[in-house]
Amino acid sequence: MEIPASYYLLLSGILFTIGVIGVLTRRNAIIIFMSIELMLNAVNLSFVTFSRQIGSLDGQIFVFFVMVVAAAEVAVGLALIVAIFRVKESVYVDEINLMKW
Amino acid sequence: MISFLFFLFSVVAIASAIMMVVHRNAVYSALFLILTLFALAGHFVLLNAPFIAAVHIIVYAGAIMVLFLFVVMLLDLKADERKSGSQGFAKIFGGIVTGILILELGIMIKKGSESLPAASANMQVGSTNAVGHLMFTQYLFPFEVASVLLLSAIIGSVILAKRKLK
Repeated sequence: MEIPASYYLLLSGILFTIGVIGVLTRRNAIIIFMSIELMLNAVNLSFVTFSRQIGSLDGQIFVFFVMVVAAAEVAVGLALIVAIFRVKESVYVDEINLMKW
Repeated sequence: MISFLFFLFSVVAIASAIMMVVHRNAVYSALFLILTLFALAGHFVLLNAPFIAAVHIIVYAGAIMVLFLFVVMLLDLKADERKSGSQGFAKIFGGIVTGILILELGIMIKKGSESLPAASANMQVGSTNAVGHLMFTQYLFPFEVASVLLLSAIIGSVILAKRKLK
């Protein structure tokens, strides 16, 4: 039996929604980061699905570049979290409110 | 067989994604995310992209999640003991997003859809050879730009994490 493309897109949508709920609900900055990674992975699944559907490999190349950008973002973001933790001793985003007016 | 694998990987991915978002301990959340990444790599193999599946496991589960776990254990966070729950605004927005997803699920189940070609049709399509050929001929410039991006990320994270020199 062949899996319809819409099943894969639905799975991608569900994972993306779970990532969005994670970003909005959690207060720990590291968990928020991990939810962002989950959203990026859901989009990767969409790209590979469409690449399969239209029969070209461009979607898979783009997934490769999305992974590169995600790796760079994680490196810089975690360095930021470590730097903030050194000053504030906390990673909860509702306590990091120095710039709030 | 393929549909059984699809549903197995889907259930594992969704269940571990929900557990990642819900769990209070950051280490367990990272481990659940690794499980989600493995399930997604299985999906990539079913979608005729073995190279992307292998790179996914190596880069995400092997490097990015290890970095996450390093940071979680360096910061030595206790489990979140505070009152769980967010502000009203975030809950309402989360509820709206979930409602939109359920609506989309209903529409998709109702409508028919194009099916993908069979997974075992041609495993050569997404092989390393084919992806590499495309990468180094047509997408050579973005490839080099990506390496410069990684270099700038390395420099940036080293500068950010350095202690100030007195």
